Amino acid sequence: MAVATLAFYLFACTAVAAGALVVLSRNPVHSVLWLILAFFSSAGLFVLMGAEFVAMLLVIVYVGAVAVLFLFVVMMLDVDFAELKAGMAEHLPVGLLIGVVLLTQLALALGGWAFSDAAPALREAPAEAVGQVHNARALGRLIYDDYVFLFQAAGLILLVAMVGAIVLTLRHREGIKRQDVLKQIHRERHEAVELLDVKPGQGI
Amino acid sequence: MLSADLYVVLPEALLALFAMAALMACAFGGQDRWASGLTWLTAAFFALLGLIVSFRDGGQEAFGGAFVSDGFARFAKALILFSAAAVLALSENYLRRRRILKFEYPVLIAMATLGMMVMVSAGDLMSLYMGLELQSLSLYVVAAFRRDSVKSTEAGLKYFVLGALGSGLLLYGASLIYGYAGATRFAGIAEAVHEGGLSLGLLFGVAFLCAGLAFKISAVPFHMWTPDVYEGSPTAVTAFFATAPKVAAGALFARVLFDAFGEVSAEWRQILAFLAVASMFLGSIAAIVQTNIKRLMAYSSIAHMGFALMGLAAGTQQGVEALLVYLSIYVAMNVGAFAFIMCMERDGAPVTGIGDLAGLARTRPGQALAVSALMFSLAGVPPLLGFFGKWMVFVAAVDAGLAPLAVAGAVASVIGAFYYLRIVKIMYFDEPGLSLTGSMPFAHGLALTAAALVMSLGWAPGLSGFGVPELAATAAAALFN
Amino acid sequence: MTTFILLAPLAGALIAGFGHRLIGERMAMIAPTAIVFVCAALSWITFFTYDAHHGAETTTLFRFLDSGTLGADWSVRLDTLTKIMLVVVTSVSSLVHLYSIGYMEEDPSKPRFFAYLSFFTFAMLALVTSDNLVQMFFGWEGVGVASYLLIGFWFKKPSANAAAMKAFIVNRVGDFGFALGIFGIYYMVDSIAFDDVFAAAPTLAESSIAFLWREWNAAELLAFLLFIGAMGKSAQLFLHTWLPDAMEGPTPVSALIHAATMVTAGVFLVCRMSPLYEHAPGALTFVAVIGASTAFFAATVGLVQNDIKRVIAYSTCSQLGYMFAAAGVGFYQAAMFHLFTHAFFKALLFLGAGSVIHAMHHEQDMRRYGGLRAKIPVTFWMMMLGTLAITGVGIPFSYDLVGLPIGFAGFVSKDAIIEGAYAGHSGYAFWLLVIAAAMTSFYSWRLMFMTFYGKPRDKKRFEHAHESPRVMLIPLYVLGAGAVLAGMVWYGDFIGHHAEEFFGAAIGMAEHNHILHDVHEVPAWVKLAPFVAMLLGLGVAIWFYILNPSLPGRLAESQRGLYLFLLNKWYFDEIYDFLFVRPAMRLGRFLWKKGDGAAIDGVVNGVALGIVPALARLAGRLQSGYVYHYAFAMLIGVSLLITWISVTGVAGGAH
Repeated sequence: MAVATLAFYLFACTAVAAGALVVLSRNPVHSVLWLILAFFSSAGLFVLMGAEFVAMLLVIVYVGAVAVLFLFVVMMLDVDFAELKAGMAEHLPVGLLIGVVLLTQLALALGGWAFSDAAPALREAPAEAVGQVHNARALGRLIYDDYVFLFQAAGLILLVAMVGAIVLTLRHREGIKRQDVLKQIHRERHEAVELLDVKPGQGI
Repeated sequence: MLSADLYVVLPEALLALFAMAALMACAFGGQDRWASGLTWLTAAFFALLGLIVSFRDGGQEAFGGAFVSDGFARFAKALILFSAAAVLALSENYLRRRRILKFEYPVLIAMATLGMMVMVSAGDLMSLYMGLELQSLSLYVVAAFRRDSVKSTEAGLKYFVLGALGSGLLLYGASLIYGYAGATRFAGIAEAVHEGGLSLGLLFGVAFLCAGLAFKISAVPFHMWTPDVYEGSPTAVTAFFATAPKVAAGALFARVLFDAFGEVSAEWRQILAFLAVASMFLGSIAAIVQTNIKRLMAYSSIAHMGFALMGLAAGTQQGVEALLVYLSIYVAMNVGAFAFIMCMERDGAPVTGIGDLAGLARTRPGQALAVSALMFSLAGVPPLLGFFGKWMVFVAAVDAGLAPLAVAGAVASVIGAFYYLRIVKIMYFDEPGLSLTGSMPFAHGLALTAAALVMSLGWAPGLSGFGVPELAATAAAALFN
Repeated sequence: MTTFILLAPLAGALIAGFGHRLIGERMAMIAPTAIVFVCAALSWITFFTYDAHHGAETTTLFRFLDSGTLGADWSVRLDTLTKIMLVVVTSVSSLVHLYSIGYMEEDPSKPRFFAYLSFFTFAMLALVTSDNLVQMFFGWEGVGVASYLLIGFWFKKPSANAAAMKAFIVNRVGDFGFALGIFGIYYMVDSIAFDDVFAAAPTLAESSIAFLWREWNAAELLAFLLFIGAMGKSAQLFLHTWLPDAMEGPTPVSALIHAATMVTAGVFLVCRMSPLYEHAPGALTFVAVIGASTAFFAATVGLVQNDIKRVIAYSTCSQLGYMFAAAGVGFYQAAMFHLFTHAFFKALLFLGAGSVIHAMHHEQDMRRYGGLRAKIPVTFWMMMLGTLAITGVGIPFSYDLVGLPIGFAGFVSKDAIIEGAYAGHSGYAFWLLVIAAAMTSFYSWRLMFMTFYGKPRDKKRFEHAHESPRVMLIPLYVLGAGAVLAGMVWYGDFIGHHAEEFFGAAIGMAEHNHILHDVHEVPAWVKLAPFVAMLLGLGVAIWFYILNPSLPGRLAESQRGLYLFLLNKWYFDEIYDFLFVRPAMRLGRFLWKKGDGAAIDGVVNGVALGIVPALARLAGRLQSGYVYHYAFAMLIGVSLLITWISVTGVAGGAH
């Protein structure tokens, strides 16, 4: 058990530290790299909990796709974060004040935190215990049976995001040559080539 | 099980299918050439759905309570669908003339409307959030729909960033609630509250949730996006912002507070009272110095949401009824007002200055009269219908022991009357400068006239508000069962 | 039918008022006139066919008011009082409409005038046909409004505006009493329908009501309050000052409203409420005293006035005093009878005066008239009939000889009142009325002599004087016939042997009231007294204005104090000005300058122009356009909310 505990603290500390460095590092590219480390640590935590499917998803989707995309975007945009942070000093006192106030309040509330007595009875769709069911299946049941409505709604949200991205950025520039595969495939020989009988000395 | 659930969400499912089918058809078919027709078709589909929703019956739940279709939800949905249909029908002409009508527009509006329908039917914090995000995301996009205009894109971006912050607050509240109650279903939360009372953490959760919702309904101090976004967005989009989403957010507010925290209304009523007073006064006062009619309508909507929240602050069935009536009247007035604002143009370019209305009474007496009726109604001058909405929320507040709130409301509405009446004064008594050109399309004239007539005559004893108060009473009763 | 009579003039008013652009100015005059004529014809049919045996016939049109136990229908109550008023109102109104077509010939806003006239007729009919106090009050105020509009018809004339305002304001005083009376009746009886009130009258006489810090007899107090209303509308002493000034309105208006119909509404009210008054002897005595005093007072003032319309106005005031005196001694029948005959001859005199004024190019000062007899003979003869009627020319004792008094209308009705005053044991009223009769005779003949006899005093106007057109003369003929015959024809019905069956239950007479019988039993000298008074007045008038025209001037010189006292109408206007108008103006000025200007405007301007825009600008500054400002605002809002609820929430029991 000691190994597992050790592993937990390792991953957990790494995750928190990496998260802090995402915010704190001066170079945005470094931030993204720290983010990737945070993802990996989280994946490790998932594995420790026996949720290996989610852990793999995190690595493949978030590290493999999302984070890499972030990296590209950050590199392409070449944002000067130093400039963005220039105004921060000015507003820092106010921001800190608000932060402190909120934090105090929340600490006050959290001080009395306890599981609601009714909570265990109120669980709507508990996943089956790890080991009884394959955890991809458990996840599938949750998503496609119990929460199908929310899952579909989430799908629609992503669809809207996609439509929005396209409608706000896609420009059909006129007068630019672009490849049209269908057109290429359907092109017949007689459309492309015209045989002319050229008389000598006359030209076309 | 699933088929029964599907039957309950049938209108939402139909709308989703419609939107996706339209998207596919246009993307692979006529592209933007079909946009005009699709807009009208979508409006018609909204109206049809509105009818379907109106005539369904019974209070049903689906997906284990995550989705509730009761009388309250149906009333709000019908109101959302009909107002969205009206605004969409009006915006077709506006967008076409500005050459920004794309087929995605009706699709996005349909998605937003779908989100609103999910919102008012939410029985779970998660479905609440899904509906809210579906609606918000669509609205962020349409706010920036005129992408070659700096103001429009800025509006979209601002709305998006602040909306994300608002969503964050809401999510934080939701997670606090989940943490303390151990449930996301409203019924479960209510049970937890019943068992263990309202802990401070839960109360914080409610406060954050309210903050997030207040952002959507644009209540002070979460209103700052409103004037900028209203001004920057294309007028047709502004018209949409000012109508259906307000209904949805208001209904969602009522839904979550009463379904989940109905037992401890004394605790959250003070939050709402604070939001209501701040909104009424800020909306009324800040509007005075505005010179742009769209900004003015933004502040007007802030103030009106303050009045609507007063009904909610009452924390009674009577208050919810007043809220629903108020929202119905408000939506009808805004449809009429924006039908006119969309047609304000000079030499083909839209103008939005209040000064551009100078002398309208002489150049277009009919329109000036109708707009005056709407302005009087917005100001709450009796006997116009706008007065009765205010009156109902005041009575609800007084009956619930919030007389000071009602007095504050009365003072705010007196201050607010100033800028509505100023518009009337400008139209009737100022010397006409460069007058507006262009004619009003039939649909806009119809909407303007109908809204003005409804506001002017709705109070008549024989009409009795076109039955809306009775329907609202039934809807409010459904929320309390 | 009565419904038609009631509503048709309203239609006429609407047609003339709103439809005149559609149908043209001429039709806008003819249409209401024709409508009112039809009404008049129907009214006469009603007058002859209605039989008091059946009691009051009530037709309910719609529910007018419904609030708790307070309910009022809009209805038409037809009984003898109503039918008398119907013929009076519609007949005079129709003739005045016709007359106005000629009289208002040169006026630019004829449709407005006819709309007002028809509206007045409608309101007056609503008043007389009501079966409850609320509808009556509606009509009461309706005629008040119409009167205001018509007095101020020439609104460009400042004096006309002032007169209109005066009429309206003085009437408010009376209406306040009337309204209090209605409130009191509702408070005591729990109903405002006449039938309920009448049924409750005996009970009222025995109950008491607390008012102004003491207990009063309910019947007395309510009757008194209602009479205050009547005093205002009928220009009785103390509230009479508006009537002479009301002559600023066009002359047909004076004839219709300020002589024949509206001003008699007070008399009608007292007669209508007779079942109540019969149980309020104290209030009745008050009515008699006020009536007789008014008759006397107005007659004295009438002696010295020089404006032809003002003379007739004071004469009207005085004649109304006669009617109240009659009602005050319980002789309601005579009051109604005099109301009926007076309508004919006073309208005749006014329309005749209008004809003279028309002929003299709107000159109203009698001192510029003279010798007009030859120039406008028809007017002269018709005015003569009117004068004979008002002064009460007839054959004394003819009733005892042939069973019917033979004489002009005024002779029959006025003498009946004077005899009634004697029979009703009111010596005060009797003697004042007799003296007033002498003065009536004097000023009426003075008017005739100054206008039609002697030498023309204004040659230029005299040369251009011309007889009025036929539309103006026809009404004179009709009214002339009425002035001659009305008294003789209806004597038997109103106050003769058929009176009881003629009135039926419309007038409530208490058991002990035998005045209908007693009036025929008075001594011979009483019957002769008014006749002698009339001859005396005539004689003095002849002496003063035909035989010795310089005498009046010398007399005025020698009795300067008395002359000025009368000429200035007993200084009523000056006293009121001092007592009420100026203090009210001072108070108003104080409230305006200090209260409104300094206090309210100051505060409102301070808030509206100082604080609110400052706040608005502040809100505008916060609306900087920077996203992070907005985000800060949101976060500050959240932290405020959280702080607040954690403070109040902990206190409020959350845990």
